[in-house]
Amino acid sequence: MYSFDIQRPTTIADAVAALSTDEALPLGGGQTLIPTLKQRLSAPSVLVSLGTIAEIKGVCTGDDGAVCIGGGTTHATVAREASSYPALADLAGHIGDPAVRNRGTIGGSLANNDPSACYPSAALASGATIVTNTRSIAADDYFQGMFATALNEGEIITEVRFPVPEKAAYMKFEQPASRFALVGVFVAKYADGVRVAVTGASENGVFRWTEAEAALSSNFSADAVPAAPSGDGMISDLHGSGAYRAHLVAVMTKRAVAAAR
Amino acid sequence: MPKDHGIGASQKRREDVRFLTGAGNYTDDINVHGQAYVHFLRSDMAHGKINNIDTSAAEGMPGVVRIFTGKDFEGVGGLPCGWQVTDKHGEPMKEPAHPVLAQGKVRHVGDPIAAVVADSLEQARTAAEAIVLDIEELPAVVDMAKALEAGSTKVHDDLADNLCYDWQFGTDTETTDAAFKNAAHVTTLELVNNRLVANPMEPRVAVGDYSRANDEHTLYTTSQNPHVIRLLMGAFVLGIPEHKLRVVAPDVGGGFGTKIFHYAEEAFCTFAAKACNRPVKWTSTRSEAFMSDAHGRDHVTKIELALDKDNNFIGVRTDTMANMGAYLSTFSSSVPTWLHGTLMAGNYKTPAVQVNVKAVFTNTVPVDAYRGAGRPEATFQLERVIDKAARELGVDPVQLRRQNFITSFPYETPVAVAYDTGDYHATMDKMEELMDIPGFAARRAESEKNGKLRGMGINCFIEACGIAPSNLVGQLGARAGLYDAATVRVNATGSISVMVGAHSHGQGHETVFPQVVAEMLGIDESMVDIVHGDTSKIPFGMGTYGSRSLAVCGSAMVRATEKIINKAKKIAGHLLEASDSDIELKDGQFTVAGTDKSVAWGDVTLAAYVPHNYPLEDIEPGLEETAFYDPANFTYPAGAYACEVEVDPDTGKVTIEKFVSADDFGNVVNPMIVEGQVHGGIAQGIGQALLENCAYDENGQLLSASYMDYAMPRADDIPHMASYVVDHSCQTPCTHNPLGVKGCGEAGAIGSPPTVVNAVIDALHSGGHTHVNHIDMPVSPSRVWAAINGQ
Ligand SMILES: Cc1cc2nc3c(=O)[nH]c(=O)nc-3n(C[C@H](O)[C@H](O)[C@H](O)COP(=O)(O)OP(=O)(O)OC[C@H]3O[C@@H](n4cnc5c(N)ncnc54)[C@H](O)[C@@H]3O)c2cc1C
Repeated sequence: MYSFDIQRPTTIADAVAALSTDEALPLGGGQTLIPTLKQRLSAPSVLVSLGTIAEIKGVCTGDDGAVCIGGGTTHATVAREASSYPALADLAGHIGDPAVRNRGTIGGSLANNDPSACYPSAALASGATIVTNTRSIAADDYFQGMFATALNEGEIITEVRFPVPEKAAYMKFEQPASRFALVGVFVAKYADGVRVAVTGASENGVFRWTEAEAALSSNFSADAVPAAPSGDGMISDLHGSGAYRAHLVAVMTKRAVAAAR
Repeated sequence: MPKDHGIGASQKRREDVRFLTGAGNYTDDINVHGQAYVHFLRSDMAHGKINNIDTSAAEGMPGVVRIFTGKDFEGVGGLPCGWQVTDKHGEPMKEPAHPVLAQGKVRHVGDPIAAVVADSLEQARTAAEAIVLDIEELPAVVDMAKALEAGSTKVHDDLADNLCYDWQFGTDTETTDAAFKNAAHVTTLELVNNRLVANPMEPRVAVGDYSRANDEHTLYTTSQNPHVIRLLMGAFVLGIPEHKLRVVAPDVGGGFGTKIFHYAEEAFCTFAAKACNRPVKWTSTRSEAFMSDAHGRDHVTKIELALDKDNNFIGVRTDTMANMGAYLSTFSSSVPTWLHGTLMAGNYKTPAVQVNVKAVFTNTVPVDAYRGAGRPEATFQLERVIDKAARELGVDPVQLRRQNFITSFPYETPVAVAYDTGDYHATMDKMEELMDIPGFAARRAESEKNGKLRGMGINCFIEACGIAPSNLVGQLGARAGLYDAATVRVNATGSISVMVGAHSHGQGHETVFPQVVAEMLGIDESMVDIVHGDTSKIPFGMGTYGSRSLAVCGSAMVRATEKIINKAKKIAGHLLEASDSDIELKDGQFTVAGTDKSVAWGDVTLAAYVPHNYPLEDIEPGLEETAFYDPANFTYPAGAYACEVEVDPDTGKVTIEKFVSADDFGNVVNPMIVEGQVHGGIAQGIGQALLENCAYDENGQLLSASYMDYAMPRADDIPHMASYVVDHSCQTPCTHNPLGVKGCGEAGAIGSPPTVVNAVIDALHSGGHTHVNHIDMPVSPSRVWAAINGQ
């Protein structure tokens, strides 16, 4: 680890100000960032810890019924408190291990946008809104490929708003070593249609499986799930070929539909 | 009633109190006043020619004490290999130089290029970034078959090719070929025994210290065998005589074989401590461990099994390529030969067994012994091919094995070893009973209802443990003896310290060894402690590996304790005014046979040290005895294992639903510890079978270089305790050591991988996927899916 300064602002405004320094980075739970620093793969001059900002922590219900989660809320808190959106709580409760869940945050996960992370699929399938210190971004505009998002430098995620679906489920097929998603599928059924988001599979990061959405919107049953998508553009690595991942996309979608509640 | 003390008692592990309460003293806990830290700059290329290493900028960086490169080690020996294999043409194996820091070339990712010693570790790392390397990347050889092709890039330019040795062993070719010619059926199987990384919880650490005052070196290191390190490093690498070199291996957090070997970092820290006149410490990161700890396994094998018309095994022939990696690690050459070829008869009376092994250099981390070492590779191929044969012939895999079992002992195999004792039907019976084989059909039906395929796999295994008879291994190329030693020091008030050559790094010696001494003397275990891990305290013993501690070092301890008893009886005879031949020792009392005249253990020990009334003309004062014990033969633990798996045909995921092991370890001193050893061994075997895969890409980049990609078994990968039965009630005591023990440390890791794979194949066949005859380990979901779908 290279040496750096750390700041612990208590308001969003102070955090944003601190982040205006050159080479400053926000620090969420540190579950991704700290290992990167230890490997000397990142060398920020200042870390701006968001853990001390009360206003971006916690789970509440919005006027429109959406579940609103502060950007600094830990996975463990979401697992415990997002009970009005059981599929989301369940997803949060199966990220990593207890230590990871007690530190890692939803803002950190969405900012990082790991192609195998769980939260991006929930945000995209729910048509969530990612709220930052400057604007609101629709999930459909937010995810821009592996580790790429619509966030600007110094912009912080303050809240994520999830419209609550009629039914939903997240099915994660774990990569055997990391236990991130080898393929994870989040299916959410809303009054105006079904959204299906897939993580872990594509070289372009989380994506919506529109064919399945169309089929499931007219018939929400496992049998209606279309044949597996093409393996082209799917991640191929030690843990599975693109064809295998494509196959799992269909299997996990079926299972998510069957499990949706 | 189970015993609560002495031999046979399931005493709780006394060492766990300190391990579980944070009071252990591991090498990284050792900090010597004034110590500096070393960071190794390691190669990120698999193969390259070193043109220049410019350390000038780095040398001026803050905190830097000194920077070393291969040049600094030109006058120093290389890391030695402890076993010389002779190939089938009578030629010695190729033994390329293995410098402490790379010289001329880098040969694997992780090969140390330079070492920066600085006041702090962070300063050392920062300075290392300022070293300017001019290394010309060369094509890497990774695949063994390609490495053996004519004209392949050479890992070592001074060798003719990448072949370390071409070894043949067992039955001659003519007899073996005849067996195959006469066969009614031949089953052939090609398979890979996957490369593994041992991953002990504690990474390796070394602290070198040097005293100018008396020219003495001390190395604190994470080793399974401090005397072996002292011998190898002192005599072959640094030229330090034994009396000037102390090696201490304190608490060690797991070894699994990978801490047997003498590593460059140990030699470096010892050397640098003198060169810098400062203690030098190195603590491996987990990332470094992946690319610098010796790896395990990595064999590619073709095995053929010949059967006559009655399904008797008449011939086994194997052809294996064994990966040595870029350099020969300490015992690497012995693993695919003497620890592997000698076990190829298995539990069966096959008359012709021929083993062929080509050891190959590649641009990968050196490969050496890992829990089981050679024996898992032998067991896996043999038990897999037998299973395939049973399937091809449509016969019951249990019956096929039973009909070919060796049943009379001692038994001379065609592969040089003589099994002293065993009862393979007994362990098979036990396994069948515990497995509830009649209930399998119902369990399978239940799984099928849930859309899962259920399979059962069984297999046997045998291993050669209690390593090893020195005269035999000497003939086979070992460059060391493999006896062990113990000193029993009885103190004046009767308490006892036993200094042992064995090293405990999780095994529980501190509990078990005292149980034996206490039983022999009839005193309480709490009066006995063992001392291990410090060459300045213990006699010259060879350490712990090859399931040898109790069988070899324990035997030395028994012999030394017998000497103590003999002398103590003389003292007691004197005190009781009786002939020592009339003295009996029971429950810590010396009694004149047939009388009520007795004297207590403590009175005798006190007399030995306060010899006021003592037969000084006949015996010396004091009560301390040493014994060295060289075993007459290996020991041969054996057993029958079975497991049931469920396969999810949609995803390919395999889960283990039930696991049973029926082992014969001979006599058992502490049943609870034996069960723990087997539980752990099976967990590692399940890890190899389902999860662990050390993979390189074709350029020699390590793909599984962290836990993000290298899958270790976790608690939920192992069956729940109720479905995880380890039994050792079948006991045919070893015939040639005083305790009748055989060793239990490796059995689980040896016996379990074929069990799992056999079960997966059985499950797939039950689902109609009869084209799947084999899946290489790890049997990961993607591999199962690919096999089902013919991809
Ligand atoms: C062992 C282990 C297992 C894991 N398993 C899973 C898993 O199964 N599924 C899964 O999805 N994830 C998994 N993770 C990742 C985990 O969820 C991380 O917590 C998460 O990816 C990052 O969140 P964090 O709060 O720790 O962010 P940090 O590590 O602190 O930061 C990550 C990045 O986001 C930026 N950042 C942090 N917070 C904000 C914010 N509010 N606004 C803008 N930028 C911000 C940081 O600057 C940094 O660039 C695992 C991690 C570990 C260590």
